[in-house]
Amino acid sequence: MADGSQAGSWKSGRRTPEELERDFGDLHPLYDAHEARVAADRCYFCYDAPCITACPTAIDIPLFIRQIQAGQPGSAAKTIWDQNVLGGMCARVCPTETLCEEACVREAAEGRPVEIGRLQRYATDTLMTQGVHPYERAASTGRRVAVVGAGPAGLSCAHRVAMRGHDVVIFEARPKPGGLNEYGIAAYKTPDGFAQAEVDWLLRIGGIEIREEHRLGSDISLDTLRGEFDAVFLGMGLGGTRAWKGPGDDKAGQGEAVHFIADLRQSSDLGALPVGGDVVVVGGGMTAVDAAVQSKLLGAGTVTILYRRAQDRMPASRWEQDLATSKGVRILDRAVLREIVGNGAVAELIVDRVGDDMQPTGEVLRLACDQLLRAIGQVADGLPDGLETDGGKIAADARGRTSLPGVWAGGDCTPAGDDLTVTAVAQGRDAAEDIHAVLMAAAPARTGALVAEPLRGIDAPPHGETPHPGTHG
Amino acid sequence: MADLTTDFIGIRSPNPFWLASAPPTDKEYNVRRAFAAGWGGVVWKTLGEEGPPVVNVNGPRYGAVYGADRRLLGLNNIELITDRPLEVNLREIKAVKRDFPDRAMIVSIMVPCEEAAWKAILPRVEATGADGIELNFGCPHGMSERGMGSAVGQVPEYVEMVARWCKKHTRMPVIVKLTPNITDVRHSARAAVKGGADAVSLINTINSITSVDLDDMAPEPTIDGKGTHGGYCGPAVKPIALHMVADIARDPECGNIPISGIGGVTTWRDAAEFLALGAGTVQVCTAAMTYGFGIIKEMTQGLSDWMDAKGYVSPMEVSGRAVPNVTDWQRLNLEYVTKARIDPDLCIKCGRCYAACEDTSHQAIAVSPDRTFSVIDAECVACNLCVDVCPVEGCITMERLAPGTIDPRTGREVRAEPADWTTHPNNPSVKVAAE
Repeated sequence: MADGSQAGSWKSGRRTPEELERDFGDLHPLYDAHEARVAADRCYFCYDAPCITACPTAIDIPLFIRQIQAGQPGSAAKTIWDQNVLGGMCARVCPTETLCEEACVREAAEGRPVEIGRLQRYATDTLMTQGVHPYERAASTGRRVAVVGAGPAGLSCAHRVAMRGHDVVIFEARPKPGGLNEYGIAAYKTPDGFAQAEVDWLLRIGGIEIREEHRLGSDISLDTLRGEFDAVFLGMGLGGTRAWKGPGDDKAGQGEAVHFIADLRQSSDLGALPVGGDVVVVGGGMTAVDAAVQSKLLGAGTVTILYRRAQDRMPASRWEQDLATSKGVRILDRAVLREIVGNGAVAELIVDRVGDDMQPTGEVLRLACDQLLRAIGQVADGLPDGLETDGGKIAADARGRTSLPGVWAGGDCTPAGDDLTVTAVAQGRDAAEDIHAVLMAAAPARTGALVAEPLRGIDAPPHGETPHPGTHG
Repeated sequence: MADLTTDFIGIRSPNPFWLASAPPTDKEYNVRRAFAAGWGGVVWKTLGEEGPPVVNVNGPRYGAVYGADRRLLGLNNIELITDRPLEVNLREIKAVKRDFPDRAMIVSIMVPCEEAAWKAILPRVEATGADGIELNFGCPHGMSERGMGSAVGQVPEYVEMVARWCKKHTRMPVIVKLTPNITDVRHSARAAVKGGADAVSLINTINSITSVDLDDMAPEPTIDGKGTHGGYCGPAVKPIALHMVADIARDPECGNIPISGIGGVTTWRDAAEFLALGAGTVQVCTAAMTYGFGIIKEMTQGLSDWMDAKGYVSPMEVSGRAVPNVTDWQRLNLEYVTKARIDPDLCIKCGRCYAACEDTSHQAIAVSPDRTFSVIDAECVACNLCVDVCPVEGCITMERLAPGTIDPRTGREVRAEPADWTTHPNNPSVKVAAE
């Protein structure tokens, strides 16, 4: 493996500063007030709305859209944050096309859903721009909770725990908080330092201390945390990547897509970032798309995504695939990397085309490539001893409880994590409520699973029932 | 293309679309452009008596009510009658009429409620060559505080009296413009008939406050922190206007007096509806003020195309066609039993019908776990609310139960013979009559 080593053909400054500023700017510009009201007006305020069910954090979407329509985006933001305190980021990075907007009845009716993600961003940006943080902490309980990882799961958990009156310390391995929001998502989805701005906003709840560059296993141990804190939440995500082993895996000019994206996100001058002339990304998820599109935007001559199955099985959504191809990325499906060829640095890839049975069809391609990015999966790395695992991740129940008393987990380091910010936020939130319930067993009145009012429809008769039994089938 | 030529109380116009007395008809420049665009006639903005003209406020004159995407649904105004000198208006009216002899030129008038005032102005208007006059008994703001406009229109005796003066002092046809700010418009219309008026036009604008500025705690439009009621018009008032037009059209005491319909006419269809309920021409203001004079092309073409499709050869043939079907509630057939039907292929599963019926009506819609919505006939009273709230046109329809079938809600057999409230056993007056 030669992660991060460059090939001689990589060049920086392939594109002008103006081109970089334009193409790495906001993918979906913020609505103005009129656009937002027009977009909000399209919402039908569905009964028992399918979009709510489709949202992992169960935001009352029709309610917040109605609040925008009624001229109160600030109230809308509160509705969103009650369920999802990272609603600002989720509005930017959620694959809404496979979540709320896919479920929208107008998607079914006319192939054009209510633009829920952009409306959510309009609401949350409105209140964040005004510098409003509408939550206060409950009276101090004197309890202390450790959170490992300042990514979406950890931040969500920390905010809810702090709001309930407990003191929180977050231990973060990297130099900055935010997790994948800061290091792992394409720049054009969250420009202008939004990830850090959101963390700063979230911390205004108070009672949360972040200790950066504290890695579990090397700088701190789970045993120590369990001794010093009343509860521990593990939300460290997936620190490792799945390796590719094969002929030529020692050539220079190849690396992990997550590292490429992280370097790009932390760069203060995109024009100084070198990129290959012929980039190939192996993988089919959103990380593969983010890496491919951004390498193209940096000025790579050709960019190809190699995916081993048929394109319609790519984990990245169809919308993401279309974004990639619209930027000039080629998607080569049913293609498996066999060998990396080059004199010291990667120069060419030998690729087998495969059938549905994953067996080579006999067709062999040779692709010019001087930069190879791997996005074939991330794995848990350095899990603490003593925790039961499930599929290489931390086993946890629906409340986030692990096999160790007093230890909860959520986000991508657990099996239920599905590489989505919004799912991690939900898990962190729900674990926080369970932590609170356990810590305050003497005060059950403080234990609500949700801050919000009960969702509309929750008290209605179950589907198919009416007040008139026997009058319909 | 159907011939849209209209003869209304002897006033001919190439089509039934007139611009109502309002800012669009305040001066020669506008009216020439309106005629060039194709409008069939205008009612010149209301003239006042000789002397220093009225003055208008110098702040906002209009307030608005919007629908989706800032679509103007309702407009209110506090503008008064023309604030230009009488002789200027008369000179311009004469010049325009001379150049557009085929167009209807009606002049709106509002002078104090004294015979001398009307006697003084009528010959001067007649001298312009105008085709007729419209008596402004409708404006509900400003002038009404001075005993004119709706202050006259609200007193049937005044309506009759002034109409009679006008008929006495001019040969021009007299149209009385009615205010909707009364309890029963038929009283005003009957007064106009008694006074000898040739026609009525309605509705004028409705007393209104469009909104309140919640920061300044003042009604809008706001003038230096204060506001007053204005006259409401536009698409939002059309249903009210249609009702009042129909009420006059089917009132025996009004004696089929010709009607010029006004109130929210925005497209050809609105015009066709006014005609169907008894109007002979329609007057348009808000739509022109929103979109400009160019809308006349859609209106005339649309009305003509619709008439061609239906086989009508003249707007006068359309006029009043729906009047016989306007009746009293007590005459509605109670044996007409319908049930809502939801087309599962068109349904997009939003559940609005369910929420509306379950929360606010008759709990007559069932929903299955896969969000299939269906009607419970045993509960459905056919109120139509589900149809009205459904976002998909044609998805929910009302299906009539055939005579002879049992209505599962009442257990009664639906009868072929119509039966209404006047003969219903629950009607107390029926019982009294039977005793």
